[in-house]
Amino acid sequence: MDLRRSMLFIPGNNPGMLQNGGVFGADSVILDLEDAVAPMEKDAARFLVAQALRTVDYGASETVVRINPLDTFAAVDIKAIVPCCPDAILVPKVESAADIHQVVAMIAAAEKPDQTPVKIIALLETPCGIVEAYHIAKADPRVVALALGAEDYTAGLGAMRTKEGTEIFTARTIVINAAAAANVQSIDTPYTDANDEEGLLADTQLAKRLGFKGKLSINPRQIDVIHSVFNPSLNDIDWAQQVIHAIRKAEAEGSGVASLNGKMVDLPIVNRAERILHLAELLGLMGGEK
Amino acid sequence: MASIAKTAQAGTLESSDVMITVAPGTQGSGIIIELESIVLAQYGEDIKIILEKTVKDQGITDIYIKAVDRGALDCTICARTLAALSRAGAVLKEEII
Amino acid sequence: MKNAIGREIPETISGIAAIKPFAGAFTAVPEMARQAPKVKIIKPTDRKLVDSLVEVFKKIPVTDGMTLSFHHHFRNGDGVVNMVLATAAQLGLKNLTVALSSVFPVHAPIIDHVKNGVVTGLDTNYMSGPVAQAVSKGLFDKPVILRTHGGRGRAIECGQLKIDVAFIAAPAADEYGNLNGVEGPAACGSLGYAFPDAQYADYVVAVTDYLGEYPLSPISIPQTRVDYVVKVECVGDPKGIVSGTTRITKDPVGLKIAETAAKVIQATGLIKNGFAFQTGAGGASLATAAFVRKMMEKDSVVGSFALGGITGYMVDMLESGLFKKLMDVQGFDLEAIRSLSTNPNHLEIGADFYASPFNAGCAVNQLDVVILGATEMDTDFNVNVVTGSDGVIMGGSGGHADAAAGAKVTIIVANLLRGRLPIIVNKVLTATTPGETIDVLVTERGVAVNPLRGDLKEKFLAAGLPVKDIQELKQLAEKIAGAPKAIKTGENIVAVVEYRDGTIIDVVRQVEG
Repeated sequence: MDLRRSMLFIPGNNPGMLQNGGVFGADSVILDLEDAVAPMEKDAARFLVAQALRTVDYGASETVVRINPLDTFAAVDIKAIVPCCPDAILVPKVESAADIHQVVAMIAAAEKPDQTPVKIIALLETPCGIVEAYHIAKADPRVVALALGAEDYTAGLGAMRTKEGTEIFTARTIVINAAAAANVQSIDTPYTDANDEEGLLADTQLAKRLGFKGKLSINPRQIDVIHSVFNPSLNDIDWAQQVIHAIRKAEAEGSGVASLNGKMVDLPIVNRAERILHLAELLGLMGGEK
Repeated sequence: MASIAKTAQAGTLESSDVMITVAPGTQGSGIIIELESIVLAQYGEDIKIILEKTVKDQGITDIYIKAVDRGALDCTICARTLAALSRAGAVLKEEII
Repeated sequence: MKNAIGREIPETISGIAAIKPFAGAFTAVPEMARQAPKVKIIKPTDRKLVDSLVEVFKKIPVTDGMTLSFHHHFRNGDGVVNMVLATAAQLGLKNLTVALSSVFPVHAPIIDHVKNGVVTGLDTNYMSGPVAQAVSKGLFDKPVILRTHGGRGRAIECGQLKIDVAFIAAPAADEYGNLNGVEGPAACGSLGYAFPDAQYADYVVAVTDYLGEYPLSPISIPQTRVDYVVKVECVGDPKGIVSGTTRITKDPVGLKIAETAAKVIQATGLIKNGFAFQTGAGGASLATAAFVRKMMEKDSVVGSFALGGITGYMVDMLESGLFKKLMDVQGFDLEAIRSLSTNPNHLEIGADFYASPFNAGCAVNQLDVVILGATEMDTDFNVNVVTGSDGVIMGGSGGHADAAAGAKVTIIVANLLRGRLPIIVNKVLTATTPGETIDVLVTERGVAVNPLRGDLKEKFLAAGLPVKDIQELKQLAEKIAGAPKAIKTGENIVAVVEYRDGTIIDVVRQVEG
């Protein structure tokens, strides 16, 4: 399971941030060639990000590059970046499975023969993209996650972006559902007020409740809060351990049905419990207790 | 190509960055480097080596390079030099871009 | 000869009295008595108010070869040092020693006074700007003495820094010599750095641009220690004296370091009722206070006191009930001034009370934790805050070595790489604070613990902090940036770095070129 609780944008034309991107503990760093880079500096940022991918140690963070949209510099970005072996490409403004097919073809052409296949994360940030979410997620095995970009999306709706996010509720649930149906991850839109820690907490908690697996982030200060929400709580871990215990007990007794506190434990529950324990183990949250 | 077509610049004067200006050299001038750096005493030689290697790797033999360094790492110096060369009309080798 | 941290110290240095090499942070034993200044009488009809500096120079009289002292509570807004030295030059005085607690860019005219022979010696705890650069290039014939804030207090009390005339820049004074720092156009807050001079100088002259009614209140420096009061047009530029508000850094790397430092403090177990804390006003230091504050609030901890240079942030913590007291040797902003003048729990303390090692106990000894910066640290944890990456003097200990020696836990917060330069080196260019008094280095890429503090290392590991060996951190930095070449310095000694106890911890040599 790839951990993408937090995916941190790093401006692609800023050497200081690029060299330090690995120190913030984000599960993924997104080296950004798109919105964070002025049109005149696209070429320079491309060189910089390419060099950073070759030389900077991002530690445990997954390396992702946000390229420019298909109708601008996507082709030249892919050609320059893919051979530098990023883990994934974040494709902005994806609107159809055909967009993904196009990107896949370009990636495949740019990959070196012995290279680990570069994954794709599709950023859905238009009403069309939301409509096509499931088909986009299913378009190619390289697609590992759908991410929601709510700023452009609300502009496309003609709605106002608010902190409560009522206007993006539908888009959020569609993305989550499409991703789950296609068996890929869903990543929530960033919380754009870096100074509002309480707002970030509430927004991230909502995202988790709705079913998102992680959140985009525009500021390193947000990482700890985001992780605190997506990390399994001690209660979660406790419950998961009880579920696994119940199922083992039922197996040992030769019973086909396990129950916990009077409720039947069925496969989806077991899956959820296993996911929590796996996550807890990955994050070193299991400790010595129990 | 032994030199470049025109003068060009890349990079900024922000901390950890370097501003590279390249200008065509005359035939046989060699690689002329003018370096300003906040870490001249500690890394001046290293910076000159990376500048020289980056342009040589592109087959350029005659060029003037001015670098104003604000503590950039080698990877940044290399990237900014390549960007400047590219803007100056150099056709860069595939694997570097 | 080599001192206890392996620095090469000449047996004799021309212009410096007997050299005692640094032998350990608490090794030196004082064997002197406190020095006593001249005893004077002021009769009932005597007046202290003098019309001009020239007149005061003549009354005392100030003569060739004297030591004149000044203080840095006006920081880069100070007008008094330049005014007094201009008077000395005008009167044709020569061979003066300037004992100025910190030298700022505004003090650049000192350079000309040195070239003209008016000033031939400098004794300070910190210097930046043109004077520092000129010193590094050999401005003075005899080395500058760089002390610590506590060490300066000690040297004055113990007679090693004999002050003939102390000129105290006073934001407010009355005609009979009571002074405070909280009133007047140049209000600066605490006058703490001037306290030892007021006690021990042969003559004390208050220079002010604001005369209040007698008796002035509050009184920071009393009439019993002030010989003359000179009213001048303007003592300083408020813009250079205080900042409006001291802001917490927004630099994400600085915040990451600060947050880690706060977690380090938490892991020591010292964040509990009675917590005593000192932190600087800059960069990651102040941000650390913000993270510590959150922890204190979360656990309803009420600290005992915060110490040192005081910012509005500390005032807010006092007023929010997070600390019971502030001990203020120097104010940094308008909030600190307001609080000092209105809040009885905001105490004004002198440099000696703050940090002198040779009295019956200074405030730093009561600290649980201090957060400090560094320009370089070596693998023995010795810290340099005197010279910059080009070998030029750009600072000084100030209270660095004092607080490090006093606090239970001393934490250095620093970027592992500043731009390209690794913070950790084999040997710092100039040792300011000995490694035995430094416990932890916190960087954005890991935490190193002084091997002397195995107890702390265990606690940090248990708390899941990213503890790394200092060599490992050094290698990590060099892997990213490459190994830096050492700076070349000349032979000429331009400054001696005195440890707080009066021993010599290092010397600063002239930079080439």
